[in-house]
Amino acid sequence: MTHHTLTAEDKARLDDLRTQIDMAQKGRGELIPLLQVAQKTIGYLPDEALAMVADHLEITRSEAYGVASFYNQFRFTPPGRNPVKVCMGTACHVRGGEIILENFERKLEIAEGETTADREFSIERVACVGCCALAPVALVGDTLHGHMAPSKVEGLVLRVRLEKEKAEREAARS
Amino acid sequence: MTADDSPIRTAYQVLADEATARKEAFDQSPLPKIHIGMATCGIASGALETQAAFETALAERGVEAHVHTVGCVGHCYAEPVVVIDHPDSGFPPILYPEVTPGKAKMLVKLFLEEGDPRFEHIMGATVENEMIPSVTEFARFNREKRVIMDRCGRIDPEQIHEYLADGGYHALVEALCQPPEALIDTIEAAGLRGRGGAGFPTGRKWRFARAATGTDKLIVCNADEGDPGAYMDRTLLESNPHQVIEGMLVAAIAVGATGGLFYVRAEYPLAVRILTQAIEQARECGVLGKNILGSGMDFDIDLFQGSGAFVCGEETALIHSVEGYRGMPRHRPPFPVERGLDGRPTVINNVKTLATVPPIVEKGADWFRGIGTADSPGTAVFSVVGNVTHPGLVEIPMGVTLRELIFDICGGIPNKKKFKAVQIGGPSGGCLSADFLDTPVDFDALTRAGAMMGSGGMVVMDEDACMVDVSRFFLDFTQKESCGKCTFCRIGTRHLLDILRRITRGEGREGDIEQLESLSRAVKAGSLCGLGKTAPNPVLTSLAYFRDEYEAHIKEGRCPGRACRPLTAFYIDLEKCARGCDACVGCCPVDAVFTTSNRKKGIDQSLCVKCGECMVACPPDYDAVVKISPAHLAPVIERPPEKKD
Repeated sequence: MTHHTLTAEDKARLDDLRTQIDMAQKGRGELIPLLQVAQKTIGYLPDEALAMVADHLEITRSEAYGVASFYNQFRFTPPGRNPVKVCMGTACHVRGGEIILENFERKLEIAEGETTADREFSIERVACVGCCALAPVALVGDTLHGHMAPSKVEGLVLRVRLEKEKAEREAARS
Repeated sequence: MTADDSPIRTAYQVLADEATARKEAFDQSPLPKIHIGMATCGIASGALETQAAFETALAERGVEAHVHTVGCVGHCYAEPVVVIDHPDSGFPPILYPEVTPGKAKMLVKLFLEEGDPRFEHIMGATVENEMIPSVTEFARFNREKRVIMDRCGRIDPEQIHEYLADGGYHALVEALCQPPEALIDTIEAAGLRGRGGAGFPTGRKWRFARAATGTDKLIVCNADEGDPGAYMDRTLLESNPHQVIEGMLVAAIAVGATGGLFYVRAEYPLAVRILTQAIEQARECGVLGKNILGSGMDFDIDLFQGSGAFVCGEETALIHSVEGYRGMPRHRPPFPVERGLDGRPTVINNVKTLATVPPIVEKGADWFRGIGTADSPGTAVFSVVGNVTHPGLVEIPMGVTLRELIFDICGGIPNKKKFKAVQIGGPSGGCLSADFLDTPVDFDALTRAGAMMGSGGMVVMDEDACMVDVSRFFLDFTQKESCGKCTFCRIGTRHLLDILRRITRGEGREGDIEQLESLSRAVKAGSLCGLGKTAPNPVLTSLAYFRDEYEAHIKEGRCPGRACRPLTAFYIDLEKCARGCDACVGCCPVDAVFTTSNRKKGIDQSLCVKCGECMVACPPDYDAVVKISPAHLAPVIERPPEKKD
C-alpha cells in the first residue's frame, strides 16, 4: 500500500482524525463519508488512517482499502502543498490538455500521480472540473487557470516558488 | 390531499408575500444594482476578483450600489458576466461580457458616477428598449427556450426568498393539494423523459415506485455528473438549487416517499456548499422537514458526496456506493423502484429531470407538450464546448437541428476552420460527421444516428481533430472507469484501447479495423450495465463515419487531423520566416528550435514534443511554422554544433 514515512504534521493530523472518528456513527454506510473525513484531515489516506476507519466500522482493512482504491477521489500518497490538477476532460483533450500535463511533468520532474521530494508540488489528472469553456484548464492549489498554454506552465510554477521564498524571507525577518 | 387545503395555501402565501416584499424593496431601490455571475466557471474566469474590484471602487469613490451575486447564465465564453442596472442613468439594465477588475473600476467611475455606459464594452441590454440593442437580438439568446435554466443567472442561489418571490415552491403547494395519482398522471401526460441520458419515462418510474410495497420510500437526485465534458448539473445546483429541491418534493409526494438524498460529486465543492445551505433555508421556511407547510407531510433531504466513479451514474452502482461498497452495478430486476437503497423502494432521477418537474406541475402537461417534439417533449440542456465560437450551456427545445445549435446559436467554428465532427453524449455517445448536421436533437433521432443524448455533453471538433485519437481518448476513460465486474467490459475495452493506441502511434496493422469492429460488438453484447454497453460507441461511430482516417493512420502513417503526435512533425518554412525574429526559439519549452549562423530556423525533431507553442508564437504576418503528417515529410535542417562560451 503506502511506502513513505509520516511527518510530524501527519501524526498530529492522525490524532485529530482519531477524535473525529471516535465521535462518528458506526454502520457500513459511513465508510465513504469517513474516508472523506480522513482524506480531508490528513490530505491523503495513509495505512494508519485506513486502519482507523476500518477498525471503527468493524470491517477488515482490506475491505476498506478495496473500497477506497475503487474511487478516484482517494489518494494514498501525500499531496504536494500545491497540488497541480490537470483537466483531462473532453474539451481539454481536444485543446491539448495532454501537452499541458506533460509540460508540468517536465518542469517539476515528476510523473503524474507523484509528489516532489520537498512535498511542494504533486501532479494528478482529473476527469473534468466542469469549466470546459475555458479549456484547457489546470488547477494549482485551489486556483483554476483557464486557457492554459505550455508557456504558462513555467510561469505558474515559478510564481509559487517565488511566493514561497518571499514568505520564508518574511518569516526569517520577523 | 385533504378536503380543505386552504391552510397549506395560506402558509405558502405568508412565505411568498414576505419574500416578494423583500425582493420588491430591492428591485425598487433607486440605487444601481450590479449583478455578477458567480458559479464555478465565473469564479474560474475571475468573478471573485471582479466583485472585489467593484466593491473597492465603490468604497473608494463613495458610490452607493448593490452588489448582487447570481448564478450562471450559461454564456461561458463571456465570463465574467456582469449586468448593471442603473435606473438613474436612464439606460435599461446592460449586460457586460468579460468584466475584468480594470473594467469594473472603469464602469464604477464612468457609468455609475458619470452616467456613460461605455458602449464599446456592451454586449446588449437585457430588455427590449429604444436606446441600446437588446441581447435578445442575438441567436444565442433568442433561440434558447429556458425551462430548466430559466432562473439561472437571474436569482441569487443563496437566498431562498428570491426563488420564492419568483413563484418558487408554488408547484409544491399544487402538488400537496392534489391526489398523488393525479400528479403522476400529469407527469406521464407531459411525456417527461429522464434527462440523465437513457430517456426513461419519468411518470412510469414514479408509478412503479408508488405501487411498490414498503413505507419508507426514497427519492435520490443523481448529481454524479461523471461525464468528461458535461457540467450542466453542477451549474444548475450552483445557480438554482431550490428548483431541484422542489422537484424532489413533488416526486416525494407523488410516490409517497419519506426521505430524499442528493448524490453530488465531491469534486463540486461549490455545488455541495450551495446545496447544503439551500436545504437548510428550505427547512427554516417550512417547505422541507416535518409537517411541510402544515400539510402533515414529512420529508427531509440528506446529502451524499460521491467519490468520483463514472459508473456510479448507473442506478444500482450508485446505490452500492451509498451503502459503503464499491460502485458496481448488479443485475436488474429487482429494479431500484422496488428494492433500492438499503432495500427501500428508491426513485433515482437526474438533476435536470427533477428541475423540469415544478414547471410542469405549474403550467400543465399540455404546455410542456407544446415544447419540443412529439416523442421528446420539452427542452434539452447541452454543454457545447470544443472548437466553437460561443461555448457554454444552451437550453433548446428538442427538435432543433445540430446545424442550428452549432452554427446559428453557438456561432460556428472559430478561426475560419471547417467543421469536422460533433461528439454527443460523452464516452457513451458517438461522433457524428457533417452529414448528420440536419439531425434533430431528440432522444430517438440521436440514438438512430449512433450517438445518444447522454447527459448532454457536446464537443464540437474542427478539421484539426483526429477521430481515431478522440476514440482513443474516450476508450481510455471508459477503460479506467470500468468497474471490472464483466469480463467483456474489463478486458474488451482494454484490448480496444491497446489497438487504438497502436494506431495513433503509427503502428497500426492490417486487420485492426475488423478486429475493432468485432470486439466492439462483443463488448456491447457482453456487458451488464450502460458503461460497457455503450463504451464502444465512439469507436463504432467513428469507424462508420470516418473510416478513411483509420485507414490513413494504418496504411500511410498519416494523421489527417495532424493531431496524433507520433505521426506529426513541425518545421519552419524558411520562405516565410522573417529570420530576424526569434519568437519560436524563445518559446520552445524543450529548446528544440534553434537558429543557424545565417539565421535560418530549424527544429530538432529528436527533442520536439510537438506542443505547438512555436506555431502560436510565430507572428501571423509570417505564419512560418508548418505542421505536417506523416512526420518524415518535414525537411531536415542540421542543428549547428553548440558553441562553447
